[in-house]
Amino acid sequence: MAMLPIYLDNNATTRTDPRVVEKMLPYFTEIYGNAASRNHIFGWKAEEAVDQARSQIASLIGCSPKEIIFTSGSTESNNLAIKGVAHMYQKKGNHIITCLTEHKAVLDPCKRLEREGFRVTYLPVDKFGQISLEQLAEVMTPDTILVSIMFANNEIGTIHPVSAIGKLCKERGVIFHTDATQAVGKVPVDVDEMGIDLLSVSAHKLYGPKGSGALYVRRKDPRVRLDPIMDGGGHERGMRSGTLAVPGIVGLGEACAICHREMEKDTAHYLGLRERLHQGLSSRLEEVKLNGHPTERLPNTLNLSFAWVEGEALMMGIKDVACSSGSACTSASLEPSYVLRALGVGDELAHSSLRFGIGRFNTEADIDMTIEKVAEAVNHLRKMSPLYEMAQEGIDLSTVQWAGH
Amino acid sequence: MAYSEQVLDHYYHPRNIGSFDKADPKVGTGVVGAPECGDVMKLQIKVNELGVIEDAKFKTFGCGSAIASSSLATEWLKGKTLAEAEGIKNTEIVKELSLPPVKVHCSVLAEDAIKAALKDYKQKQQAPVETLASAEAK
Repeated sequence: MAMLPIYLDNNATTRTDPRVVEKMLPYFTEIYGNAASRNHIFGWKAEEAVDQARSQIASLIGCSPKEIIFTSGSTESNNLAIKGVAHMYQKKGNHIITCLTEHKAVLDPCKRLEREGFRVTYLPVDKFGQISLEQLAEVMTPDTILVSIMFANNEIGTIHPVSAIGKLCKERGVIFHTDATQAVGKVPVDVDEMGIDLLSVSAHKLYGPKGSGALYVRRKDPRVRLDPIMDGGGHERGMRSGTLAVPGIVGLGEACAICHREMEKDTAHYLGLRERLHQGLSSRLEEVKLNGHPTERLPNTLNLSFAWVEGEALMMGIKDVACSSGSACTSASLEPSYVLRALGVGDELAHSSLRFGIGRFNTEADIDMTIEKVAEAVNHLRKMSPLYEMAQEGIDLSTVQWAGH
Repeated sequence: MAYSEQVLDHYYHPRNIGSFDKADPKVGTGVVGAPECGDVMKLQIKVNELGVIEDAKFKTFGCGSAIASSSLATEWLKGKTLAEAEGIKNTEIVKELSLPPVKVHCSVLAEDAIKAALKDYKQKQQAPVETLASAEAK
């Protein structure tokens, strides 16, 4: 039997792995020194733990431990990478390239830079959510200093052609940042092979604690320099001042080590459950559409549109299952997910979407229960949907003149 | 966001789901909203010879609050005269369902649907009268 409620929102955050918590605990009450204290055992022990975490992250993404800067999470890492590069290299150029489906933690720093006078190009994506390399090459100019394209999208799980982007950036001498929040720990990442210069990581997306993250900053070929956002004690090679949050850093390191060690097992687990869910729902319900790339996609992510029913109403009907919807009936704008709109799926299907994020701790029983509940709720809502009724009558909804409001 | 008990009740036990024949002269149909906005309400009334709404039905594509607003509207419409129905205000729906501010638009849509159904019914009634009048004139 599945334990209720069922958590299937692992792209939003994950449960901290108990093994991670175990590792963190001594760093609150026993080894509580400041990692910057160079002259006593408390400091040395803390520094040792931080160094170990640095190595653990580094081996997961294929870099040197010296290239890891600890932050509070991906939002900070993205801000530091984008604003840091822009301000450090503004004499070289003022053009930045990103894409429409990035997380707000990338889009909003770019918008702020636009207000400061930088020029930003927001690349569109195809129906699966990938940018076009030809288009990227076309919009690059001698003024381009930074390309920031996410590794994998948080809503649909689509993975961008990262290696090819890295190669192109290298050829043009442009710094390449990738927000890899959703990807690290779920798919193999190698910053050298993929030509990545800056990469954002968050602990809480990979079974670590909230409030802890890192930024990978390349040290050679090229050596990337960043203008810091915070000034202070000059920690982290002067790029991020502030006393290191040792317990969180230990948690991030351990979470990375577990993901590294168990990636094969985790991936098989995600894929098995995800396909069970997808097939289960598709066989029980008509008109279930996949949003995102059919193959180039995170193994744990399943974003589906259930035609003729509204996502928020659907979530209400599956109250024992925690997932998320691309519908935004609660927001004042009433606008559905900008990511789904960028794919061109149509606003009505964006309103009908649910995102399921499978996690390490989900079971087959969770999935079977979810299939039951979702199928029941979709049928309940279709019975009262005027759109379903019209579709049954053979009316093409796209030809109807709606009275918008 | 937590839903009120009233919204949950209408969501799980919607009143008066269904459809009447649109062509029936006794029926008034109102369809408001658009799929792109995430809400479409279809509300229908059936009016008797005395000008009283004897039955009402709805179908709604939208969030739980939109479903509840239209379900409640059909309950309130039954037994009302056309003039009384005209007086139903969205604010009363907000109050009855304890809708939070972000959901007020759902109640506005329900009021629009009522008005649209009444208008449709009245237009249907006028059409044959005109025909009769023009026939008499001949």
